[in-house]
Amino acid sequence: MRVETTASGPTQTWLRRRSRITAVEIAFWLATLLPFVLFPSYLSLASQIAIGALFALSVDLVLGYAGIITLGHAMFFGIGAYAAAILAKHGWGEPLTGLLVAALVAGAVGFVTSFIIVRVQHLALIMITLGLGLLTYELANSFSSVTGGTDGLGVEIWPVLGAFDFDLWGYTAYGYALAALFIGVLLARRLVNSSFGLALTGIRENSARMPAIGSTYRVHLQKIYVISACMAGVAGALLTETTGTVSLDTLSFQRSADVVVMLILGGSGRLYGGIIGAIIFLIARDRLSDMNPQYWYFWIGLLLMAVVLVMPGGILGGLSRLVRREAR
Amino acid sequence: MSGTAILRTEGVTKKFGSLEVARNISLSLPVGARHALIGPNGAGKTTLINLITGRLKPDAGRITLDGEDITTVAAAERVRRGLTRTFQINTLFPGLTPIESVLLAVCERKNEAGQFWRRLTGHAEAVDEAFAILKQLRLDDAATRETRHLAYGQQRLLEIALALATRPKVLLLDEPAAGVPKDESAALFSVIAALPADMAVLFIEHDMNLVFKFASRITVLVAGAVLVEADPEIIRADPRVREVYLGQAHHG
Repeated sequence: MRVETTASGPTQTWLRRRSRITAVEIAFWLATLLPFVLFPSYLSLASQIAIGALFALSVDLVLGYAGIITLGHAMFFGIGAYAAAILAKHGWGEPLTGLLVAALVAGAVGFVTSFIIVRVQHLALIMITLGLGLLTYELANSFSSVTGGTDGLGVEIWPVLGAFDFDLWGYTAYGYALAALFIGVLLARRLVNSSFGLALTGIRENSARMPAIGSTYRVHLQKIYVISACMAGVAGALLTETTGTVSLDTLSFQRSADVVVMLILGGSGRLYGGIIGAIIFLIARDRLSDMNPQYWYFWIGLLLMAVVLVMPGGILGGLSRLVRREAR
Repeated sequence: MSGTAILRTEGVTKKFGSLEVARNISLSLPVGARHALIGPNGAGKTTLINLITGRLKPDAGRITLDGEDITTVAAAERVRRGLTRTFQINTLFPGLTPIESVLLAVCERKNEAGQFWRRLTGHAEAVDEAFAILKQLRLDDAATRETRHLAYGQQRLLEIALALATRPKVLLLDEPAAGVPKDESAALFSVIAALPADMAVLFIEHDMNLVFKFASRITVLVAGAVLVEADPEIIRADPRVREVYLGQAHHG
């Protein structure tokens, strides 16, 4: 062990400890492997959850860290989903390049729209993101020769790395989606623990101070918006590739709203909040819609209100507060 | 006063509708100035700081920093060129700790704040610098406590720490001791007095004892215009200044 000699040693240690990998995190990732052995009949649900979690993580980067409230993020999810589908439709069904192309296309659209996004705030921002989402949905609807319109597209996806075929039970699907989520979390983790992550938190905490410390913070916002769009695009492409189909529903307002609900349930601004939220939301949907297919949103609504009222930091926020109280 | 002017305003004017909040204000700060801006409430002191820092755009007049015209330059760019302010009402990052806040300001200055691939602790020089600034302002013990939990006086010091992290040539302090108890405000001003000699400081302050103690030059602002600018002993004896302050005392 190196001995700290500078006066700032303890502070350096404190900063380093903030980004340390915890035992809970390792346990969580080991637990994500359990479905392979414990619930092999639920692997397709598990892969849906992994995809939803990656999508929620992309929203957490803009909403939880940078404070950009969005109700239109399904546009990037859907653009990614269609990019992968259209690529496969034109004879290139290789899944990894599919993800890459989806990220690039979604990121490019994210870059163009970011110029509007960083110029508005509050209600106007929500309306702009909502509007962009609706616009994309109807564009996809009207260009049915490319997107298949309301019928969607069915595509042929090649085996992952040329070896793992997408099987009926979903072993490959879950393994593939889980690996993508893992890499996504690693990248997001690196990002939020960087000086850029600190700058984003600064914008969220008090954007009025940012120019006074010499920050042209709109550039930061544009950058994170593009990164988030790429990640959402990858999540969309994963859905296309693991199910072999794409439909307009990937672009729907419902999907934009659902992902925000997942994030708020789990707890925003904490990386794992979206993942926990996706697990709860999608399992609840699966269970509740079995019992009562028409009214299952009633329970989601109730759960959402309970969490927001009782645990303002979401489920993860509530848990970490409990743990801190126990430690004291 | 000798030396070249680092900051200069020439005939700066600002109107809100028919109300003139700044009227033909010309100021000149030499390198290393300790310049006080005083005047009754509503005289336009904070407005002038907002005009100098680019928060407000003047309707007429010119502002130069180190000889360069910055009248139309964006607020963040002015900070990068060495013109930094603090706020009368705390404008901090409540959820960040002092070390994180100052580190952010240092990273912004070094153009390292956009680097999302580098670990925060990898910016070792910046961390050391941020810590040194906190130490200079006696905030080193509170470095890892969330800003919202800091004592009010410490938050006032953090206001200055954030500004210092930008390495200003000109520092504008908008009532640095606002809301701080009298016995603590003297301590706060001793920190200000210890700032580098080549840094020009313009400060707004209501406590005349502190003004006369720390200012080497004083501008009195009344109703958006400069009433008088002079050395402290002349201001102290000026009957117009007395009248303004006595009049203020009668009304308020």
